Amino acid sequence: MKTRLPKSYRVEALDSSIRLTRTSREAHLIHDSKRAGVPTPTVYQVDVSTCTIVMEYIDGPRLKEALSGMDESEVRATCNHVGSLIGRLHSNGIVHGDLTTSNMILRDRSKLFFIDFGLSDYSREVEARGVDLLLMSRAFKSTHFRLYSKAFKAVLDGYRDAVGRVDTQLVLSKMHEIEKRGRYSERSQTTLLPDLKQEQV
Amino acid sequence: MASLVLGIESTAHTFGASVASSDGRVLSDAKQVYVPPTGRGIHPREAAQHHSSIADVVIRDALVQAKVRPKDLDAVAIALGPGLGPTLRIGATMARAIASTVRVPLIPVHHAIGHIEIGALTTGSRDPLVVLLSGGHTTIAAFASRRWRIYGETEDITVGNLLDMFARSAGLPSPGGPEIERLAMLGKNFIELPYTVKGNDVSYSGLLTAATKLLQTGHPIEDLCFSVQEVSFSMLAEAVERSLAHTEKKELLLVGGVASNSALRKKLETVASEHDATLRAVDPKYAGDCGAQISWTGTLAFGRRLFIDVERSEVRPRWRLDEVDIPWR
Repeated sequence: MKTRLPKSYRVEALDSSIRLTRTSREAHLIHDSKRAGVPTPTVYQVDVSTCTIVMEYIDGPRLKEALSGMDESEVRATCNHVGSLIGRLHSNGIVHGDLTTSNMILRDRSKLFFIDFGLSDYSREVEARGVDLLLMSRAFKSTHFRLYSKAFKAVLDGYRDAVGRVDTQLVLSKMHEIEKRGRYSERSQTTLLPDLKQEQV
Repeated sequence: MASLVLGIESTAHTFGASVASSDGRVLSDAKQVYVPPTGRGIHPREAAQHHSSIADVVIRDALVQAKVRPKDLDAVAIALGPGLGPTLRIGATMARAIASTVRVPLIPVHHAIGHIEIGALTTGSRDPLVVLLSGGHTTIAAFASRRWRIYGETEDITVGNLLDMFARSAGLPSPGGPEIERLAMLGKNFIELPYTVKGNDVSYSGLLTAATKLLQTGHPIEDLCFSVQEVSFSMLAEAVERSLAHTEKKELLLVGGVASNSALRKKLETVASEHDATLRAVDPKYAGDCGAQISWTGTLAFGRRLFIDVERSEVRPRWRLDEVDIPWR
């Protein structure tokens, strides 16, 4: 059972609208992801008034922990599988919105489940897909930095097999573009200058 | 014997100079801040002109306050980036000149690492999840194997940018953050604004556009300041909460200019306590850009002999936090 409890750091109006939207969205997206062929917990019951979803309990370690016990070829195979599941979501018009190795559970050492669809959405936009891959890449880079290059390459291989070379290239170049936007650059400072142009006129 | 390092900061508005001692004392912290006319943003060249006109006075103040003669210095540390090219070059030129004249090594310091280290020094924080919020950064990071690893950041503008640009569109004086905080306390009504969290990342450009539009349609500035703070800080609190859950760190270290905002602190305190973590915030006098963040980090680097030849000490406007190798942690 997953209940979205009120967050005391948010004002009530904001908090209740966020919890409500995410609860109903999560229930729908868990269901539709499963239909797209991505293992997710089965949803039994949704109670929007208490922001509660009753769903199947998936027994197993999070991928975050499971990766550390794997040898190189297991890591590669698992990450390849992660990539193909992300690709399957994207091909079916879904973006996960919070891809980390904490949000994937490995059951019986082989079957991978995606969980936590609270930030998910229906979208076929390259931008949204780019964000998904960026979050996945960041998770490997920060938490699994020793595995990063091999693991993320395997993710991309799996993704490419699922969505094709052309789409992968599009999403990847968008990912790099998004990555650059927030990074410290002179641009982020010079955007503070819109009125300067008026002055020169 | 403790070593003495002169640090110089000139990445953006602030020209700062400070002397720190490797035994953990900041002996002086002098600065002058370029303030653009109300309604205008920072102009890199004007800021650089400001810095070059006061640089010698600020550096002399730092030495006098610390009661240190140039020949007592063991090294000169300089923030080589990230930041604005023109202002960075003023600080770098001064630092190179002093290091060459006094014949001491030059130490390159990454500005963001300066924020983190002065935060760690003033709070005693050891293994924190860092939340760095300023005009140049909105970054959530933790340390592992000689690097700061980035868990979340902004996907467009920084929270400091958001506050500054909103303040400017409202005709508030620079810096905008404190003025918004003051007006927010008078705000009573919450106005809904775009709330965008993507994993551990945030995005503020939609929020800025919406808030600026509402301002033009006559919504009270106090209510808007309140709502801009509520939404932007709640987004951060959520991103921090996710990163805390993922990293399982027990300390949260808040650094950078926005760290002094009490509304933000309160939200992060709530998040920390719910995850059995403690929040520590950098000493307010070192929260904004200052020489002390560079001089103190300089002493840490001095201990590891991380020197740079003057010929190779060009500024690095886009230097990435997670590119810097850190042997002292």
